[in-house]
Amino acid sequence: MPVSAWEEFNLASRVEGVEGLRSIPALLHRNATEMGDAPAYREKEYGIWQSWTWAEAEEEIEAFALGLLNIGVGRGDYVAVIGRNRPTLYWSMVAAQMCGAIPVPLYQDASAEEMAYVLDHCGARFVVVADQEQVDKVIEVQEGLHQFEHMIYVDPRGLRKYDHSHLHEFSHVQAQGRAARDEFIEELNARRSVLGYDDTCVMLYTSGTTGKPKGVVLSNRNIIEAARSSAEFDHLKRDDEVLAYLPMAWVGDFIFSIGQAYWKGFCVNCPESVETLQTDLREIAPSYYFAPPRIFETLLTQIMIRMEDAGKTKKRMFDHFMAHARKVGPSILDGKPVGAMDRAKYALGEMLVYGPLKNAMGFSKVRVGYTAGEAIGPEIFDFYRSLGINLKQLYGQTEASVFITVQPDGEVRSDTVGVPAPGVEIKIAENGEVFYRSPGTFVEYYKNPESTASTKDAEGWVATGDAGFFEEDTGHLRIIDRAKDVGQMASGALFAPKYVENKLKFYPDILEAVVFGAGQDRCCAFINIDLTAVGNWAERNNIAYASYQELAQHPQVIETVRAHVEEVNASVAEDDMLSGCQIHRFLILHKELDADDGEMTRTRKVKRKVIGEKFGDLVAALYDGSDTIYTETEVTYEDGRKGKIKATLKLVDAAVVPVTPKAVAAE
Amino acid sequence: MLDQTEGYITADGRQIGGTLMEMKNITLKFGGLVAIQDISFDIREGEIRAIIGPNGAGKSSMLNIISGFYTPTIGEVWYKGAKRPPMKPYEVARMGVARTFQNIALFEGMTVLDNVMTGRLTHMKAGIGAQALWWGKAQREEIENREICEKVIDFLEIQNIRKTPVGRLPYGLKKRVELARALAAEPSILLLDEPMAGMNVEEKEDMSRFILDVNDEFGTTIALIEHDMGVVMDISDRVVVMDYGKKIGDGTPDEVRNNQDVIDAYLGVAHD
Repeated sequence: MPVSAWEEFNLASRVEGVEGLRSIPALLHRNATEMGDAPAYREKEYGIWQSWTWAEAEEEIEAFALGLLNIGVGRGDYVAVIGRNRPTLYWSMVAAQMCGAIPVPLYQDASAEEMAYVLDHCGARFVVVADQEQVDKVIEVQEGLHQFEHMIYVDPRGLRKYDHSHLHEFSHVQAQGRAARDEFIEELNARRSVLGYDDTCVMLYTSGTTGKPKGVVLSNRNIIEAARSSAEFDHLKRDDEVLAYLPMAWVGDFIFSIGQAYWKGFCVNCPESVETLQTDLREIAPSYYFAPPRIFETLLTQIMIRMEDAGKTKKRMFDHFMAHARKVGPSILDGKPVGAMDRAKYALGEMLVYGPLKNAMGFSKVRVGYTAGEAIGPEIFDFYRSLGINLKQLYGQTEASVFITVQPDGEVRSDTVGVPAPGVEIKIAENGEVFYRSPGTFVEYYKNPESTASTKDAEGWVATGDAGFFEEDTGHLRIIDRAKDVGQMASGALFAPKYVENKLKFYPDILEAVVFGAGQDRCCAFINIDLTAVGNWAERNNIAYASYQELAQHPQVIETVRAHVEEVNASVAEDDMLSGCQIHRFLILHKELDADDGEMTRTRKVKRKVIGEKFGDLVAALYDGSDTIYTETEVTYEDGRKGKIKATLKLVDAAVVPVTPKAVAAE
Repeated sequence: MLDQTEGYITADGRQIGGTLMEMKNITLKFGGLVAIQDISFDIREGEIRAIIGPNGAGKSSMLNIISGFYTPTIGEVWYKGAKRPPMKPYEVARMGVARTFQNIALFEGMTVLDNVMTGRLTHMKAGIGAQALWWGKAQREEIENREICEKVIDFLEIQNIRKTPVGRLPYGLKKRVELARALAAEPSILLLDEPMAGMNVEEKEDMSRFILDVNDEFGTTIALIEHDMGVVMDISDRVVVMDYGKKIGDGTPDEVRNNQDVIDAYLGVAHD
């Protein structure tokens, strides 16, 4: 019987892990021993990049781990970590692992209730937070948390007057740990030496487009194997630089900033604050960079807006060379043959436009760049690639320890997500759903055997919930939509809302779109305009507006959006399978969809069902043929207060291309 | 009545020390115009002391006397237990008094960081030659001073505008930069001239929070002039009320709020 790649991985590492390294603390010790003087962490503070070598990092982490033992962290305890990316919080996670406890990073912008749910579900006895804001949130909900015992904060500002019976400062815990070294070091050594390859490494809560978040249990095997094979795939090196700025609760950050960083021993840089991100990015100039499509979109919008305001010569130079870059840039990047004249002109462009532009964005040294999480607009994608930035796509999930498919260098396209990642097997079920199994496949959903059983079968195959197919000639995977969102219309035609929404979202004016149509005879859509892009357009065209609502309902804005919708309709009509998904009517929403109102997940994916129910009156109006509708919506401000938005919305018809939609043929 | 020498404990439990500065029977005349008439009050160590009053009450004149810009016509200023002779403003600054201005007085063409660094000028002792050559003591001093400035920048959360020229900043942020410059001087007493003037509600809330934090974190004594009664009553420990150059009230916010003379001054009663 042939042995699959997955089984081979398993056999190789069943006994003792990779080279005997079975845990993150073990990798830390190797790094501290073998490359103790190399930088492990940097954080900009007080205007200077402060850095810690691997040896120093191990000392800091060990001190904190001893401190944790001192306040009673036990084996198997859950330690929640909340805050922006800071070395101290990464150390907290590794220190928890040293003690045999399990780190649970949380989204820092989560509301108090969301936090309460997760803290209660994992039964966290200890919580490590960044600052007063997070301390306040946890204090607000601590009544309902029966297992919660101690909280540790990093930044003492404003916390002096708080009751410190269960509250500790990070540096004090470390100091106490150092002082009690003799007492606890043996216990600590005992605990970290028994960490096994199949012990839990981390627990991450998925944002969940439906229902409550689920705790995904990932073992040391999952994390280390995924980090190892992906690092090899992209030839990551010890002297690579990354900027850690994505939410710590997101699996990607755990893999990049802990998994791969500890495996390869490269340096993790933490920005000074959220506002200084762009400056910090530029100063660090990472060689390995990761961002969701939204960040690339925002950046491109900013560049375009600034170029509109630039002087004539600069603008012309930019337009001229960008046109050339679009023509030959991607081919040069992929190593395809390009004429000498074109190459020379591209080199000139690099000197005059591309180089300075990349420098301003902080992308001068990017060797490997990834985007994932959502589909990226082909124009956005091509823009960055034409500048010579090796931006690629990957397809992943928390349950897979990120990697399912990745695009190899030289085979990069905006409409596929690449080939199976090393060690990953993929199969497509009859209904089109994508299944995978790999060494990175999660252990289980915490305290939720039903969900575990319905997602992962006995042979280790995991259902992604996404529908897709392999392209025959290239072997690349293409994802169409969430499998459960793919439905049928009244006529029996295939309904794939996300496919249409993504096409709409690729227009800079459109921030979000929600398409309805399952079980109906035609499709309708909600549109969110992008205030930055549309606001700038309004300014340049002397269009005055007092509020988001007023701008959204401006006749010229509606006309522009209608034009976009009709273009999308034309492009959707070309696809035989999906031509039924053309949008017949749409409206522009009076508020931005927001995670605080429960309309999106914290990773900014629209919750279609919630939106459909919340704005039921608007959906009904789209289908009953009325011209305008008056509506009132409750909104939640960032500080938790609630308010109401009232608006009268126009419902707009869009032209569709006549086609006879085919019924879905079961294969 | 509060004890004159010992100090007291505030409503929120902070220990306030003894007298830091005392104004004794201050009168200030500009020719025939009496701007301030026989006013006495003290500022205790660690407290937030407000001076309020309607327009033209003499508040800014009083602040200018505290900061040493004006010399009182009659009366004495006692600072840290000694009578303060007439001084130049920079000499007063060297004694640990820093201030902000009602109409922002920053160097518009310089960056935020450079502006904040000017707050350290009174602490720089190296000669002009050493500073020009960036050598020896001058270098060490600048590094130390930069460190202090960066802590202030971090504290007031203005890292993202560190390298931005002040002229490009909105009004609310300029006010914050001015506060940063004053704080960089590590003053023992900080004078704020209408820190909330012209701000919207959100900016006022931010500024109030920073003033309280400065007092809490560094223990800085703060004397402020303010128009906005609501803000003053919320953040100060004791309040002096002035009207037409006279002191008409002095005490905790509650005492002042219920003082008939103060109510009259603010609601407008005919003066005789």
